[in-house]
Order: sequence, then structure tokens, then C-alpha cells
Amino acid sequence: MSIVQLKRVAKTYHLDSVNVPALRDINLEIRPQRFTVISGASGSGKTTLLNLIGCIDRPDSGEIVIAGQAVNTMSDNALSDYRCKHLGFIFQNFNLLPVLNAYENVEYPLILAKVPAAQRKRRVLALLDAVGLADRVKNRPGQLSGGQRQRVAIARALAPSPELVLADEPTANLDSQTGKEIIALMRKMQREHAVSFVFSSHDPQVMAEADDGIVIRDGRVMSVQRQGEPLEVSQ
Amino acid sequence: MNAVLLALRNLLRNRRRSLATLLAMIIGLSAVLVFGGYASNVVHGLETAVVKRSGHLEIQRQGYFRDGSDNPTSYGIAHYQRIIDRVKNDPVLRPMLVVVTPTLEFGGIAGNFAAGVSRSVAATGVDVNERNRMFLWNDYDEINYANPLALAGTPDDSVIIGSGVARKLQLCGPLKVSDCVQPPGPAPERAASASSIGSAASAEPDDLLRLSDQERTSEPPKRETQIELLAANTRGAPNVINVNVVAADNVGVKEWDDVYLVMHLKEAQRLIYGSGPPQVTAIMLQLKHTSQVPVARARLEALLKGPFADQPLELQDYDTLNPMYRQSVNFMASIFSFIAVLIGVIVLFTVGNTMSTAVAERTVEIGTLRAIGLRRSGIRALFMIEGILLGMAGAVLGALCALVVAFLINHSGLTWTPPGYIYAYLVQISILQDLPLLFGSAAGLVLVAALSAWWPAGRAAGMDIVDALRHA
Repeated sequence: MSIVQLKRVAKTYHLDSVNVPALRDINLEIRPQRFTVISGASGSGKTTLLNLIGCIDRPDSGEIVIAGQAVNTMSDNALSDYRCKHLGFIFQNFNLLPVLNAYENVEYPLILAKVPAAQRKRRVLALLDAVGLADRVKNRPGQLSGGQRQRVAIARALAPSPELVLADEPTANLDSQTGKEIIALMRKMQREHAVSFVFSSHDPQVMAEADDGIVIRDGRVMSVQRQGEPLEVSQ
Repeated sequence: MNAVLLALRNLLRNRRRSLATLLAMIIGLSAVLVFGGYASNVVHGLETAVVKRSGHLEIQRQGYFRDGSDNPTSYGIAHYQRIIDRVKNDPVLRPMLVVVTPTLEFGGIAGNFAAGVSRSVAATGVDVNERNRMFLWNDYDEINYANPLALAGTPDDSVIIGSGVARKLQLCGPLKVSDCVQPPGPAPERAASASSIGSAASAEPDDLLRLSDQERTSEPPKRETQIELLAANTRGAPNVINVNVVAADNVGVKEWDDVYLVMHLKEAQRLIYGSGPPQVTAIMLQLKHTSQVPVARARLEALLKGPFADQPLELQDYDTLNPMYRQSVNFMASIFSFIAVLIGVIVLFTVGNTMSTAVAERTVEIGTLRAIGLRRSGIRALFMIEGILLGMAGAVLGALCALVVAFLINHSGLTWTPPGYIYAYLVQISILQDLPLLFGSAAGLVLVAALSAWWPAGRAAGMDIVDALRHA
């Protein structure tokens, strides 16, 4: 069973009077508990695809099924609740809340998910320990390096025990060494937490670590390379 | 991390902006409270003065207030003591009553004919002891400007006049009235008329001078403070009595000070009703609290319909009897409303601008919060809470600031003379004494702050997640 299924998904942006097709007739399946990278040139549609999978955008047509749940017909509130419990996000710019310290940033999605306080505390401390920030729990984002911030973001994404974590170019704002460490950390966390990771990236380091790779160009899936399976090339 | 704490931290994040907004609210609320406290003090002061003078309610003959105030003979209340006794012994009214006292008001002419001067007066016959008890009413702990009537323990022919009357009657010397100007010498005709009754050039009516002359010749030599008081009796004929002025009081309002005369009720009744049955023009009721007026009024109306239906009576409250009081209250209320609305609009735009800037600055954060599962309502609540917190901080600090300003003003000895008044009053700001003003204004500020945050919060909640995350 796939963690993500897209059936004939299309998305067009309307910029002033110009229609810009971002995704055209996408049919795609992403395997669970894998490290999957969506790659492609700038403007190819990979971020749009990631946004649709992450339920923060809606397709113009087609169907999206995440972990067996059709999401494109859900109400806005239902989608918010779904994201809160089933999806994790890692952003290129980390997007931590600057007024919260590392602990509170990781705790926040658990509060939204109404996890009891004692359970929250255990979960947050374990995650911060797992990402190597046990001694930085009280530090606010402004007191952390880029790599440390992204570690907090990884812990936050994993906090509600999601089935799927989406990461939009997570190493783009990191130096290569830190990027490498972050990839390794994500890989480790993905395996330990048995969660599916889907990235958009054109970083060769990320692509090299991926189990599965999806190449997208001009809003179409050009090829899908699944580990242990032959390359699928779209016509 | 609850929403309130998160909102508080967001406010503290840009301290300078939050402080500037807070300052606008503090100044605004302080201005509203200080003026409101001043207006409250003025209104309470006016109410106190009115209640001390005429009580809360008056029982009058029907039409007296509208048509008969110069006609005590036609609008007199007969058997008034029966009514007073009934009112005082009523089980509903008794716990509310402070004073129930009769009064007789009439117009007359006071003359110091030895000096060749006279003037019209608005005379009032009172039960001195009861009236002095009315002067003790002070439900709002106001500074007392009213002295008890100096008629207590004096003979029946004693009167008090306004200092303006004393000046007009040239009694400044014996009554020790200050700021008197020596009048120019009498015109020859006038001087002559004082000694030659019936002169064609006389300034006073012949009959009046004749009456005065008769009084003068039939009585022992008059005291320096003795004057003649003339009024129409029940048959419409002029009646004159000699009275002794024991004091001249400054009663505050010049127009009133120039006609004020108070005397013993018995003497006033003797002047108006002669040997006939004495009457009064009103029965005054002073209650413990002004808030009791509606209940007392309803009870009195029921009482007056019963055993006293033989003469048509009606009730007037202090508000109706003193139109200037209501006008002053409305005037103060309109100025207060104007200031409050003006400051409310300023706060509305200041907080609105602060919240709009915060929304613009935190667009990416809004996108992030939405992405990780916060509902639109959660985003709206977050910014609304920030606005409300700002409002609450402004309300608390503004109220404290106003109390400090009020304390300084109350202890500064500043005075002012209200329009039409003769002497200056201490400027007093009553904020703590007017809790509806204090809490109402503070709650109003919080409400305005919440309203100001409503639109920016709605804009934040309505943001598209992808657009918000893409925001540079």
C-alpha cells in the first residue's frame, strides 16, 4: 500500500491574467517508510507537488490519498487537524517560532494535537535528545546555529508521530557539512520512527541518500526510480 | 505554551512598538478617566447641592410648579401636618426618609425704607431645624459648601438674606458683607420722597411708603438690621411685617443671591395667611439615597390618592424641580461622550495599525502555524488575544495613571468658578468614587482594542498557507 497516491492531479496558478500550469495530470504513488526525493529544476513543480501532498494546497482536479485517506475533499478545519496529527513539515528556512525556545517549538504541535502534558514532556525531551539538542532545550532559535535550528525543526516534525514528513529543500540554507549531518539525522530518524520522508531537493547529497527518486519537469513526472525496482520513465 | 502566553511573548517581541501603542492607550484612558472623574464630581456636587436645598421629592398642589409658584394662596396645601405625619409613619417610606419638612415660598418686596431702598425677593419660610438637618445630606462625601441656616434659636421675626440682597438694601455694614461699594448719594427727589410721602416724584408707590411710614411711627426705633417685608396676603392685599436680618449668606449663584430670603415658617405663614389656617406650598422629602426616589415616588403616589384626595396634589422630583441640574448633567455627559469617542477612535487606529504591522511581519509564521495544524480560528484567536492583552495592559496602566493624576489634582488646591457662580470650588476628580466610570472606561478600552485587532486577525486567519510560506 502506498503512503501517497495522486490520481490525475492538476494544478494551475492564476497570475494576474496569465494561467501558469504547475502540475499536469500527475499520477504517482509513494511507498511508505521510505526516503523519497522529488527532484527537478526550479519551476518544475516539485514544491507545488510537495504542497499538495502536504495538504497545504488543493489541486484543481484529481484525487490525493494520504495514508489511505482522501484529503482533497476535506474541509479546511479537517485538513488542519489532519496535518496536525498525520503530517510533519521541515522547511528550507527552518520556520521555527522565534518567541518559543527549542522545547516549546517541538511541544507546540503536540499541544495542538491535545497530547497530555506529561506525555508531551517525555516525547519532546526524547526527540530533542535524539537530534542532539538535549542541552539546548531552553535556547530560542536566535541562540541556535542553522544546523541546530534544522534539528529542532526535525524534532518538531516528528513530534506528533506522523505517518509522513515533508521537507522542502531542507539543506538549501546549510553549508555542505551541516547539510550532510542533517541528511544523516533525517535518515536515522526516518528509520527509527518508521516514518515516510518526502523531500523536494536538487541537492545531490539528498538525492544520493534517497530510497526512491521522482524526477519532475514542466509539471509532469518524468521518471520514478524505486529502490530495487526498474526505472519508470513517463512517455 | 498556551495561546495567551504565546500572544504575550509576541507582544514583547517588538517592545518599542508595543510600548508606543500602550502609551497611546494609557494617555487616552487617563484623559477619559480624569475628565470623567471631574464630571462625576461636578454632577455629584450639583446633586448634593440640590438635595440639600430642596430634597428629593416635593409634594405640591397640582399645577403649582408650572403655574402657581408666585401664588401661595391659591396653591397652598391645607392640613399639611396630616400629610407629613402620614408620610413619616408609612412603613414603606419610613426607612428611606431623612427629613420631611414643610416649606412656604412666595415673592415679596424687602425694603430698607430708612435708606430709601427696596427690592423684590424670593422668600422661603422654613422649619429651621429640619432644614438644617437637610444640609447634612452628603451621600457622595462631597466637600461641603453649604453652611447651616443661622436662624436656629432665633426669634420668629429673624431672616437671612443673600449677600446680593444685603448690598441692594445697603446693609453691608451691619451684616459685615465684604466687597460692598458705597452707593452714590440719593437723588434729591428720592431723598425727598423718603421723608415726604405722596410726593409726585417718589420712586416708590405711595401706598407702600405710607404703610412703611405707619409701621415706622408705630414701633420702637428700628435696629440697623431691621427691614420691612411686604407680600400679598390671601385676599390679595399687601401685608407688611418688620423682620430682623440676622445674617447675609453668599448663596453661590448671583441671580439667586440677589433675591434670597429665608425666614421662619410661622412668620411667613403669618405674613401670607394672617390669622387664617396656615398652609405651605410644598412638603419636601429628603431620602437617604437618590436611588430610592422611584420606590418612594411610587409609594407616595399611592398614598396621596387615598385619604388626601380632597385636595389635588402632585409629586415633583429634584430632577424636575431643578432643570439646570439635568441640563448640567447632560452637558457633562455630552462632553464626556465626545472625548471618549475621540480617544476611542485614536486607540482603534493605533492598535489596528500595530496589529496590521504584526500580521505583515509574521506572515511566514502564520503560514508555518497553519501548516503544522493550527486552524484559521486559532490564528484569529492568537491576534485577537494580542489585541485584548494590549487593551488590558492599557486599561490597568491607564487607570493607575489616571488615579495618580487625580490624586495630584485633588491635592493641588486648584479651584474654578462655575458659570454663574460667585465663589470658586476646589477642582476634585472622583474616579474611585465612580466605579461604573472606572470599570466602564477600562472595559471600553479593552473592547476597542479587541475591535481594532478584529480586522487584522481576520486577515491573518484568511491567509493562504502557500502564499504565507512564500512571503519574503
